[in-house]
Amino acid sequence: MVGYIESVETMGLVDGPGIRYVVFMQGCPLRCLYCHNPETWADRKENPTTPEELVKKILRFKPYFEDGGGVTFSGGEPLHQPEFLLETLKLCKEQGIHTCLDTSGVGKGMEEEILKYVDLVILDIKAVDPEEYTKITSQPIQTSLKFLELCQKMNKKMWLRQVIVPGLNDDEEHILKLKHFIKNLKNIENVELLPYHLYGTSKYKKLGIPYRLEGVPAMDIDRCKQLQDLLTK
Amino acid sequence: MEAWRGFKGETWKNEINVEDFIVNNYTLYEGDDSFLAPISDKTCVVLNKVNELKEEELKKGVLDVETKIMSGIDEFEPGYIDKENEVIVGLQTDKPLKRIVNPYGGIRMVYQELDAYGYKLDPEVDKYFNKYRKTHNDGVFDAYTEDVRKARHVGLLTGLPDAYGRGRIIGDYRRVALYGIDYLIEEKKKDFKNLTGDMLEPLIQLREDVSEQIRALNLMKSMAGKYGFDISKPAENAKEAIQWLYFAYLAAVKENNGAAMSLGRTSTFLDIYIERDLKEGKITEDEAQELIDQFIIKLRLVNHLRTPEYNELFAGDPTWVTESLGGMTTNGKPLVTKNSFRYLNTLINLGSSPEPNLTVLWSYHLPENFKKYCAKISILTDSIQYENDDIMRPIHGDDYGIACCVSAMTIGKQMQYFGARTNIAKALLYAINGGVDEMKGGVIIEGIEKMDDEYLDYDKVRKSYSLVLKKLSKTYVDAMNIIHYMHDKYAYERGQMALHDTNVERLMAFGAAGLSVVADSLSAIKYAKVKPIRNEEGITVDFEIEGDFPKYGNDDDRVDDLAKEVVEELMADLKEHPLIRNARHTLSILTITSNVVYGKKTGATPDGRKAGVAFAPGANPMHGRDASGALASLNSVAKIPYKDVCEDGISNTFSIVPSALGHSLEERTEKLVMLMNGYFKQGAQHLNVNVLNREMLMDAMDHPEKYPTLTIRVSGYAVRFNRLSREQQQEVINRTFHGEI
Repeated sequence: MVGYIESVETMGLVDGPGIRYVVFMQGCPLRCLYCHNPETWADRKENPTTPEELVKKILRFKPYFEDGGGVTFSGGEPLHQPEFLLETLKLCKEQGIHTCLDTSGVGKGMEEEILKYVDLVILDIKAVDPEEYTKITSQPIQTSLKFLELCQKMNKKMWLRQVIVPGLNDDEEHILKLKHFIKNLKNIENVELLPYHLYGTSKYKKLGIPYRLEGVPAMDIDRCKQLQDLLTK
Repeated sequence: MEAWRGFKGETWKNEINVEDFIVNNYTLYEGDDSFLAPISDKTCVVLNKVNELKEEELKKGVLDVETKIMSGIDEFEPGYIDKENEVIVGLQTDKPLKRIVNPYGGIRMVYQELDAYGYKLDPEVDKYFNKYRKTHNDGVFDAYTEDVRKARHVGLLTGLPDAYGRGRIIGDYRRVALYGIDYLIEEKKKDFKNLTGDMLEPLIQLREDVSEQIRALNLMKSMAGKYGFDISKPAENAKEAIQWLYFAYLAAVKENNGAAMSLGRTSTFLDIYIERDLKEGKITEDEAQELIDQFIIKLRLVNHLRTPEYNELFAGDPTWVTESLGGMTTNGKPLVTKNSFRYLNTLINLGSSPEPNLTVLWSYHLPENFKKYCAKISILTDSIQYENDDIMRPIHGDDYGIACCVSAMTIGKQMQYFGARTNIAKALLYAINGGVDEMKGGVIIEGIEKMDDEYLDYDKVRKSYSLVLKKLSKTYVDAMNIIHYMHDKYAYERGQMALHDTNVERLMAFGAAGLSVVADSLSAIKYAKVKPIRNEEGITVDFEIEGDFPKYGNDDDRVDDLAKEVVEELMADLKEHPLIRNARHTLSILTITSNVVYGKKTGATPDGRKAGVAFAPGANPMHGRDASGALASLNSVAKIPYKDVCEDGISNTFSIVPSALGHSLEERTEKLVMLMNGYFKQGAQHLNVNVLNREMLMDAMDHPEKYPTLTIRVSGYAVRFNRLSREQQQEVINRTFHGEI
């Protein structure tokens, strides 16, 4: 069995607790307006890697994990390669490595089996309103809601995230809606608003993909902090 | 004895043994930083004066030079900054920041230094040093071989201490505080009496050395006397202990202008005195901090007269007053005291500063609170470096200190013969170009075959490189033996050596620059196709690379092993040649800021680096070649072997933007601690930590006035950003910043 990995970041310091080895997996079913990793969209089949090969590389960083770090599967959408993800997660757990799944929750099945080997789910809540969700991702909201439900049912520890874009969802009404949505959830350890930034735009040019947020400025960091306070305090 | 009241242990009372005194008497501190005191009013006054003087100096280049009196322990009248407010006294000369002329290393260098700043040597002195007194530099050039001269001329060997003080010697300055000068003289006299046997060169030389040492100890006593202190007897309280210790160090920097004049490991030693005074109610925490702050101010004032060329090599006027903090005892107890915190707290009280070069000896087992405090101060000031106690302690015991950047030595028991470095990237080009220098021409290393292959053949190049390294090693050892023979003869550091055991172990520290260039070049030749572009004389001027190849800095054994092999081979080659005075060979992978100049003097290399482009500093991977993030890069460096190979240190500089480390200061602190735990657990030796924004550095380049104290770490030491040349500033900015999207 092989999987396709776009790149890795050996020093992930914000994608989960401690120091994380972040695996950016190839392929994603969503086409989020603000996506800063468009290179991970396509199902490109380059540089095949086996779960064993990948875990061997991850193990090189075990000395950094001992204070609470581990591996984070991100992407792209890691659930988009379910067999490979499951096999790799199993091997990680055999080695005692903390596992984290950074996902939008839109997969291709096997979620329940996969979640058995996941210690922490970082779920990107694109939007709580179905229409807005589709506007951002070009996909219906149902799949991600089902995934969230499954996580809740399986008592998974979770971090929630949402990207805040000026003019799109940076108003208090949006945040209060989100707050209300989260209030009914359990096992939520952390909720984080991520300010929209422009670092990804040059990638679109390189890839020849039109950028749909042309002209939208980066989210003001202080304003985003205010919204964060509104959400969590 | 009143001075030793309450102190425990016996061994140290019957022989000179500071280590035994420390382990028997220090108080481990595992708490946090909340006990620390702010700057005192007196210190504030002194600090303001010093800052004004430094600002003025920065404008003028140098503030003043003493041109009539030459360097020496007891040559200068006492000097003060603000006598009333100084609680620790003593300056190198009679005025703050007035620089000393030291002609013993070489008189030519003195002329260049004075010329550069518009000063002239007193004619009397001029006459003596030209006519009657031979210098270290004269001696060296009387003995240098043709091969050494050639290698030096083209920059295959550079920065050799053949015209300036070698430094990297740490006197055990604590001995003066603990025992007083008189006891030290007595012991030296005993040693002298026992130096008997056939009077052949080694014994004659040692007898002369010890006599000089005794003379130096008497001079220290006299110098301190001029400031109104009698250091013949042991210090009786914390203030005296700091003052005595400082006088001992001051003697060293009055007498020598060594490249690195490091302090050693003093904080826990001094804490014993402070703790006793605190317990006896003689001082308060505020006063304890005041003593340390003022001591540190004095260390920040130490300077030497240098040429502008020297600054080009070692930017920012460094003195490497390195102080080692933390570490563990051989029994596994942390050597952290409240005073370890007080030293670090000076970076807050007095502002961040490159000097003293605060070096934390990191062990996984250090108290969590101390680790966190170090990380926090790193994030706030970028002024700390970290070195792995867990790998150095087994070699040097628990009372070693770092000289300069990464050189460990047991305090008072080992000294170093500093040897700068050889450019092993240039050496690789010699292996391809038949021993001819690619920039200046001419055969520098004989007996190397010129290659005319269309594509470079790995086995052929590697074999030729081995031959170059072998021949280069002989030349390098010859140079070092000659230099240190002459340095011992003409510029002997009698004051510092008086504070060592008489039978001292000597470490001869060789060094290599350009390791990552060599590793990537060999990898390119091995895994891709490399086509040399040659000029009419058949010398390579550039290389074309077809295909991809593994690059050092990605935790890829295919190339990392090549780097490992090269340093192991170089060390084995060096060890083939015997050293003077039974010295032991050591090797460092350290460039300080000289990686810029080395790059400038080296032609294009097979890894795709163009002619003149800066090398990566120390053991760092080349900029932009680490594609899988910072930890992969750290892992590659961690593979370079320390024990038995690079025992003089493996320098790694690490820069990260604050936001990549985490959201809050607390989170950033925690992550930095984890990072260092992980790095050092793999047996890595050294890490410089910078937490700063590229944007801020770019702004500082254009608006230096906005960032007067911006301090950054470059391999092995810290430097004020505004003291770097524009070229060096650019190089720092180009360096991989981790955590950028």
